Amino acid sequence: MDLLLEVNDLRCGYNNQAVVDGMDLHIAPGKLVSLLGPSGCGKTTVLRAIAGFEPVTSGEIRLNGKIVSSPGVRVPPEKRNLGMIFQDYALFPHLTVSENIAFGLRHHTARSQQQVVDRLLELIGMEGYGKRYPAELSGGQQQRIAVARALAPEPSLLLLDEPFSNLDIELRERLAVDVRDMLRSQNATAIFVTHDQNEAFVMGDKIGVMNDRRMLQWDTAFNLYHEPNDRFIADFIGKGSFLRGELISGETVNTALGRISGNRAYPWPEGTPVDILLRPDDVLIVEQSPMRCSITDRAFMGADTLYTLRLEDGVELLSLMPSRYDYAIGQKVGIELVIDHFILFPLEPIVETAQADQKLPG
Amino acid sequence: MHDITPNASALRSGKRTGLFTGQLNKWHYASGAMALLVAVPLLVVFSGWLQPSTDIWSHLAETLLSQLFINTIKLVIGVGLGVMLLGVSLAWLTARCDFPGRRLFDWMLMLPLAIPAYVMAFVAIGLLDFSGPVQTALRDWLGAGNFWFPRIRSTGGVIFVMVLVLYPYVYMLARTAFLTQGRSTLEAAQTLGYGPLGVFWHVALPMARPAIVAGTSLALMETLADFGTVATFNYDTFTTAIYKAWFGFFSLQAASQLASLLLLFVFLSLMTERLTRKRSDYHDTMRSGQTPRFRFQGWRGWSITALLGLFFSLAFLLPFIQLCLWAFEAVSKELDARYLGLLYHTLVLGLLAALVTTAGALVIGFARRYQPDRLTSITATTATLGYALPGSVLAVGIMIVVTQVDSLIHTLLASLGNPATGQILSGSVFALVLAYVIRFMAVAHGPVETGLSRIKHSLPEAARTLGATPPHVLTKIYLPLLRPGLFTAMLLVMVDTMKEMPATLLMRPFGWDTLAVRIYEMTSEGEWERAALPAITLVLVGLLPVILLVRKTLQDR
Amino acid sequence: MKKTIIALLCLAVSLPIYATDTVTVYSARKEHLIKPLFDAYTEKTGVQIRYITDKAGPLLARLKAEGTNTPADILMTVDAGNLWQAAESGVLSQVESEVLNKNVPAHLRDPDNQWFGLSIRARTIVYSTDRVNPEELTTYEDLADPKWKGRLCLRTSKKVYNQSLVAMMITRHGEEKTRQIIEGWVANLATQPFSNDTKTMQAIAAGQCDAGIVNTYYFGRLQQKDPDVKLALFWPNQDSTGVHVNISGAGITKNAKNRDAAIKLLEWLSSEEAQQKFAALNMEYPVNPAVAPDAVVSAWGNFKGDDLNVAQAGKLQTQAIKLMDRAGYR
Repeated sequence: MDLLLEVNDLRCGYNNQAVVDGMDLHIAPGKLVSLLGPSGCGKTTVLRAIAGFEPVTSGEIRLNGKIVSSPGVRVPPEKRNLGMIFQDYALFPHLTVSENIAFGLRHHTARSQQQVVDRLLELIGMEGYGKRYPAELSGGQQQRIAVARALAPEPSLLLLDEPFSNLDIELRERLAVDVRDMLRSQNATAIFVTHDQNEAFVMGDKIGVMNDRRMLQWDTAFNLYHEPNDRFIADFIGKGSFLRGELISGETVNTALGRISGNRAYPWPEGTPVDILLRPDDVLIVEQSPMRCSITDRAFMGADTLYTLRLEDGVELLSLMPSRYDYAIGQKVGIELVIDHFILFPLEPIVETAQADQKLPG
Repeated sequence: MHDITPNASALRSGKRTGLFTGQLNKWHYASGAMALLVAVPLLVVFSGWLQPSTDIWSHLAETLLSQLFINTIKLVIGVGLGVMLLGVSLAWLTARCDFPGRRLFDWMLMLPLAIPAYVMAFVAIGLLDFSGPVQTALRDWLGAGNFWFPRIRSTGGVIFVMVLVLYPYVYMLARTAFLTQGRSTLEAAQTLGYGPLGVFWHVALPMARPAIVAGTSLALMETLADFGTVATFNYDTFTTAIYKAWFGFFSLQAASQLASLLLLFVFLSLMTERLTRKRSDYHDTMRSGQTPRFRFQGWRGWSITALLGLFFSLAFLLPFIQLCLWAFEAVSKELDARYLGLLYHTLVLGLLAALVTTAGALVIGFARRYQPDRLTSITATTATLGYALPGSVLAVGIMIVVTQVDSLIHTLLASLGNPATGQILSGSVFALVLAYVIRFMAVAHGPVETGLSRIKHSLPEAARTLGATPPHVLTKIYLPLLRPGLFTAMLLVMVDTMKEMPATLLMRPFGWDTLAVRIYEMTSEGEWERAALPAITLVLVGLLPVILLVRKTLQDR
Repeated sequence: MKKTIIALLCLAVSLPIYATDTVTVYSARKEHLIKPLFDAYTEKTGVQIRYITDKAGPLLARLKAEGTNTPADILMTVDAGNLWQAAESGVLSQVESEVLNKNVPAHLRDPDNQWFGLSIRARTIVYSTDRVNPEELTTYEDLADPKWKGRLCLRTSKKVYNQSLVAMMITRHGEEKTRQIIEGWVANLATQPFSNDTKTMQAIAAGQCDAGIVNTYYFGRLQQKDPDVKLALFWPNQDSTGVHVNISGAGITKNAKNRDAAIKLLEWLSSEEAQQKFAALNMEYPVNPAVAPDAVVSAWGNFKGDDLNVAQAGKLQTQAIKLMDRAGYR
């Protein structure tokens, strides 16, 4: 399939200071993808570069195979056939809801404008709001209008810049699902920038995690959680804890809890100090287990309870247990490790090909 | 119209880039061009230093200068404090409080803007000086020497008159600032236990600071440049020295040197203010309904009403009535068909100047928005300096530039075998409007910049992702959203242009007399009563835009 | 809208093209004092007259800036000092006209014939008929006498009329003596100087002070408005130098495009036909000795005027200002 968007070795910045560096991103039509990262990682800059608001200092951006941005080249935003949804919605306060939605349709006849507006108002479930002004709407309604407005001209690619960050949590989650379904129903292609992993997981078929100007991993939500290729990602996505150890052989690590083996081998030399990533669901509380620890904290979450455990040497682990098992803080319990995804991170960077191989699959 | 440059993001993140980032872009050129327009005549003024005029300087230093400095400083401090105190408190009362008649005062308090300072001066003196009707009546009643009356021709009197005509600048800008302050911020303060006064002092006032400073600096620039008012009071300020050097000692050089000092002072003050001002690039979130007002009911409300009524009578009603009485006396002698011409010229010039100046201010505003570095800051400040220079000095500076351009054109045409007239620009409406633009850029700059700062950057960006080209963004997004600001700018410039005297006198085309010219003709001969008719016509014509302005700002709520 | 603006601008640019039988005047004399005469002249001869009015200083600056391109043929101002300064800065030209030489007495025109007086303005003493016995009054100089302490009102020294008066006094008495006189005036002031003559007279009438120095036509205007005003004029220095007189006058610019037509206009203005009206419009005195002043003006009585050449006022103006500054006369 032809790629809709290609970002190759992108570098953005000014005054010799890169804000985005060595960025690659390839998106096929009809895909919804997320760019996830902490604030200041450069994800918004990538989005703005794709939209045509930021110049490119090296690399290139292609839309449908044509270069739209490269050093010295910048096709203006209005010529890119993109839609963008802004963090503050950027609804035009002097225009009604209908006029806002019809803003990108100025080459349509009035009749066809009205049809599109009506169809979109229906899509977002806001029939009858056409004559209102943005200031008269709630945050969630404004958000929907912003989506409708961006969809109206049927852009080939939709860019969403933290579109839910101004909403309260409950609304945020519901709206994220709504927006995703709307985009799917329109068969839209979209890039969604956020710092919230839950949103990223809801919105994106694939998710790129960025940190410090670079893309670290490009993968499915499942893999990002279970198979992070970078310690930052392991930390940033989901809860988890690290268990210090020393590599004995490719697949075995010697730890304070004894020898732990996994289902995959690492090509690092014997004796390499490593951390094993333990997700809360990897750690089971089993009363009789010889690995002893005490419960220092618990968080009741309905179906499950998240326990914080402290080993005798002070290392803390997390364990997620169905809430029918109930343990008190201070209680001494035994644990068992059930590791489906055996993820190790060396304490010091290993100058080897192993890490480089794991780089973006594209 | 614009492109988002890298520095737009710098602005967003609150960073100020250096003097400039090495590359000049179109915003530098645009604001540079506006600055050049103003700077060239100013350079002519500064070029006065090329010819020393030591004996005038030593004479002034020996005799008058120290007194002039002291007087000027007194005036600046007095007028500055006065307009701030009046402007801010009146704005707070009408924008944030409620009392009987508030809606009326809303717009009535802007009316003094339509009275030219020199008119207010001659009314005040005519009314309140020893030989005026007030003191005469008191003498008849109480007997001479049996009562105390403040001396009107004094420092206090000048300050009083200037404050009365200049406070509307602060009132208007502060009022808009108070009206647009977010409800939540003010309510947050109230929940933290602040009453009306507390909210005012600790939240509203600091938030309105840029607007108050902008209004006050307009008033002070006008104070420093003023000659008409202080001359009517025979009160000697720094401008007195400038005019003395020019008209008395016939030394335009010495006058220019003095004027350039004044200018330097204003430039440094403005730059200091700009550089110390905290980045006020906040965008109001969507207006979340009307912020509730503090209600004053019963005797409290009525005493506020009475106080404002008294003030309004003093600032507008009384002078207006006095002018009407004088005008009535002179109407048979003075009013004739020429008034149609005077009126027409006044309006046309005001309108043209308003349009062109506001367009120029918009260019500067965009430059500051998209290229917020120090170079732009300097050029933008330079472009507003024309307001601080005594009108006649600026007019001559412009005149000299325009005639030089003319003689260049003349030489060029002559060398092409076309012995045309030597007057292409000078003596044309074009040159006169140019002079107004140079003089009043500062007036248009404030409202335009405030208006721009309220437009979130994401709005034009959203428009562009929706396929709008830059010209479209200008007409569909910026202009509609800026309408209140542009409107305010245009009306202010229009009112100021219609009142303007020195440049109009010197540069008007033959036959293009205006109401201000007529006032000059009469007052300079001491014919106050006959000056009253053109003055009152000017006030009435000036009221038109002021009332429009008022209705506009009311609608915007 | 745009089209209107462009059209207006085009119109504006094309305006300054003028016909040859048009004389252009830059005038510091106010419109209502010159227009009736210009209209009369146009009616009589068909020659059009264009003018702008402004203060003398800016007009002179404009003339200088325009140089050879100036459209102005005539510069008209209201004080000999300004005319002297214009001649000094080289924007005027010599005119040899028998008519002008005959109509304008020698002491009321430039010794080099670069400018000519067109009306005489007498600056004299005005006093309260209630509180001053005219016998108390003698000379300008006498107003410095302590007997006038707290009884004198003056207009500001920034006005050129006072500068000329003092310049003439310097010519007569020398600098030192003049300074003593001015200091005496200042010491006698009842209140700080006024910005104009009318205010000065109103103050005297209201009883703030008893006497002052004003131009006669201001007195005339006040009298017209209030015939019962308790003020009168006094002609000082009749035994010595005579009443201080100044002129309003005009000169032909160096780069006049219509020099001959402009000279004709000046000649006409000095003629018996025009003089009466020219002076009467502002209640001034005609320069042409053959013309009698207006009846209103004549009623104030005859006086002996100073016959020193008024150019002296220009020459010593700077010195006069400095002297007044030092004497504390604001």
